[in-house]
Parts: sequence; structure tokens; C-alpha cells
Amino acid sequence: MRVGILAIQGDVREHERMFHRLGIATKLVRSKEHLQDLSGLVIPGGESTTIGMLMQEYGMTEEVLKYARTGQFPVWGTCAGLILMATEVVGPSPTRLALMDITADRNAWGRQVSSFEAEVPIAALGPPDFPAVFIRAPRIRRMGDTVVPLAKCQDDVVMAESGPFLVTSFHPELTEDVRVHRYFIEKIEEARANR
Amino acid sequence: MARSEQGTFKVKAGLAEMLKGGVIMDVTTAEQAVIAEKAGAVAVMALERVPADIRKAGGVARMADPQKVKEIMQAVSIPVMAKVRIGHFVEAQVLEALEVDYIDESEVLTPADDQFHIDKWGFKVPFVCGARDLGEALRRIAEGAAMIRTKGEPGTGNVVEAVRHLRAVQSQIRRLVVTPDAELADLAKELRAPLALVQEVKVLGRLPVVNFSAGGVASPSDAALMMQLGADGIFVGSGIFKSADPAAMAHAVVRATLHYQDAKVIAEVSEGIGESMAGLEMTSLTPADRMQERGY
Repeated sequence: MRVGILAIQGDVREHERMFHRLGIATKLVRSKEHLQDLSGLVIPGGESTTIGMLMQEYGMTEEVLKYARTGQFPVWGTCAGLILMATEVVGPSPTRLALMDITADRNAWGRQVSSFEAEVPIAALGPPDFPAVFIRAPRIRRMGDTVVPLAKCQDDVVMAESGPFLVTSFHPELTEDVRVHRYFIEKIEEARANR
Repeated sequence: MARSEQGTFKVKAGLAEMLKGGVIMDVTTAEQAVIAEKAGAVAVMALERVPADIRKAGGVARMADPQKVKEIMQAVSIPVMAKVRIGHFVEAQVLEALEVDYIDESEVLTPADDQFHIDKWGFKVPFVCGARDLGEALRRIAEGAAMIRTKGEPGTGNVVEAVRHLRAVQSQIRRLVVTPDAELADLAKELRAPLALVQEVKVLGRLPVVNFSAGGVASPSDAALMMQLGADGIFVGSGIFKSADPAAMAHAVVRATLHYQDAKVIAEVSEGIGESMAGLEMTSLTPADRMQERGY
């Protein structure tokens, strides 16, 4: 198993560190050629406008979609990654993958001064609550029928999945808690078993 | 709902992590901010004048007009930073009230306090500060800075000082990492930095917060040079909007920063983008002209 981490910009190193702690090999994806021989892909936190634009420019959007459409290539987006995976975006909308039927509202909790940490219960992971870090985070305003909510903070869904695709509006990679990363690895194992 | 907390060091330092690998551009108008965002900048720095013009104008350089900062914040969806004078905590309170995303306590403006930097722990908004060596970086982090930028000489279009200071920080970190634990207290004293931070650097092998390079970057190759030397990202001050074709320069610098290890891409993006800003040779600056020495 080898997990790709989209390395255009953002907190790539933090995701890498979490997978390495779990003993999983990673590969930094800076061009479409780097997408070969991967078991899944993480789109890290960063600036969605920048990441979306450069993905498109270097032909990576189409290439990721080619793999994702097989249904056997899990993709997980954190924060900016969530925005890039949403079919709809409120306000200025970056070029994106549109893999999950959700509407994302950018920076909807407010500017940086409103960024926060919260303990979030995630049933799929069991206790204890997850130490979630929200940084200029997006809100999910709408979910399609195929989307399953996995966690809520206040009244907002902050983690959801749809088939092989996973989104979190918070940053598990900024914590010491590896459970969401492990959850994504399990999705990869599931996708491989179904092959 | 369980507890939630704003303005923690984790969310402050976390935003800087999200900017890594990106380019932050100085802008003085909403139009420039839009050009920067369209080119792929990860954030903009709102200011009254770019450093090259501050240098020319002379006099006291202060925080930008709040109206200008607000116009820039409304024009773009990427984070907006703004500068305050060293030690001027009221300018910082004003920028926090405006809800800028990051405050740069900057030597580019005229210092307001000749002994102390701002106590940054009391703010919900994060701060970035300049440093010329490891001790200076750690002192700023001890005061609450959540991001560091190694200083160059602002507004010169000359990258030599940025290179010198990034190399200085890194060589000091390399030395620190091989220093025996028993000698760390002494080294901390020499660096004039808290022992706990010195110990943390030894464990991490790098600064405990993100470190961008700033000051003097004026071409795509300059940006890639700083990235290859180990910067986490790039601040470009006068280098974009003092060049012949700002949109083309901004576009090229962003791409050279992403593909900093790929000389073919750097060559491609550097083609036909017009002239970089006119530069200044360091020896042409009098000691009073040197902004980098501001800070304690």
C-alpha cells in the first residue's frame, strides 16, 4: 500500500508524518506522473484556490478523476481538500474535482480569529472524542443522498463519506491522534478487497 | 457541544502550516490583491507602500490605513496579512479588530519601541516576525510568534541577505542538534533564547513553527533558490509590483516555488516575463538604510 499526498502546497508534511507513524508508505504528488501505482490520495489543507488552479494547470485534475472514477481509488480531502472535492461551492469557486455531492461554504466559520479547536465525538472511531482543529474551515451546507455524515460539531457535519471518498473540514494531521488516518487506510483496504 | 476554544497556539501556527509551499505577496490596492490571487498567491500582505517605496519616501512608516486593509480583505478570499511597527501593540489591536488573518510585526515599518517586541500571547490573531538568526527566531516564538520569516534586506530586489540569514538559521540548527543535552543550557544563554525552545529545536531538527523566506526575492529563480535552501515558502514584497509586468511575474514566481526542484519548469516560467525590479547593491546602503537590523 502506498498513499499519495497531493504536494502542490499546504500541510503535506503533517499528513506524511501521520501515515509514517502508522507504518504506511507515502508518495508526494507534484505532477500527474506521480499518481501511478498509488492506493489512494490525500488532498491536504492549504489554499483551495491555489491548489485547484495548479492541479488543473498541470493536468492533475483529469488524472485524479480517471483513477477516482474506477470506484477503487479512495480520496480524502481535509479542509481545502474538502472544498476541492465538493460538487458545489458557495461564493468564489476554485477549479476542483467535484467528487462528493456536497455544497461547501468557504471560511464559513469566519476569518482566522474565529479558527478554533473542539472535542468532536466520532461514532465510527469510538471514544474518546476527537481533538479537531478548525482553521478558516469550510462548512458543509448541503449533502446529497449518497453522502453519509460521520461527525458533527455544533450543528454542522464536519466529517462525511460517500463510497471511497472521505472529507473532513478539520485537520486530523495537526494532532497526535491517528484514528482518522487509520480510518482512511481501512477505506483503502476495503477498496482493494472489492477489486 | 463539547468545549471549543479560539485563538490557541495550535490554530495560529496551524494557519502558517496551510500556507507552506506557497507565495505571499505584498499588495497596496484591492486590484493588486486580485492579481496576486489570480496568479495563485496563498495570501496577501496589505500595506500602504511596498518596501522599495518606503525606502524612497523616508520618514516614519506606519500601519496601513484601515480602509485600505478592509478593501483588500473584501477583494480576495485568500488570507490577508498586514504589518504593524515593532512594539506597536495598539496598531496590532486595530488590525485584530479588523480581523486580518495574520499580523506581521515588521522591521519594514519604523519601530515604535526600541527595546521590546509586542507580547503576542494576548492576541487571538497570529503573528509572523522576522529573524536573522536562530536566537532571534526563538525569542520571537517565545513572545508568541506563530510563524517566522528569515529576513532579507527589504525593498532591494537583492536576495543576498535572505540567503545569508536562512543559511545562518540552518547552520545554527545543525549545530544545536549535535550539542549534548548537558550543554544546551549554555547554548540557550548564548542564543539568548529560552531553554525549552532550544530543547524543542533539538528534538525536531527544525524551528517549531513554519519559516518562510522574505526580503529581496525578485525573480522566479530567487524564489526557487530560497525553497531549495529549505524555506517553507516565500514572501515577495516589492518584487512583484515593482517589476515590469506584475501579473506575469506573480504567475512565474508561484510556479517556480511549486516546482522549485525542476529547473526545466523554472526556465519555462521565467521566459519573457519582463524585467525584474531594479535592484540595490548592499554596499550602496548606509547603516541607517538597513531595515534588517531593526528588532531585538
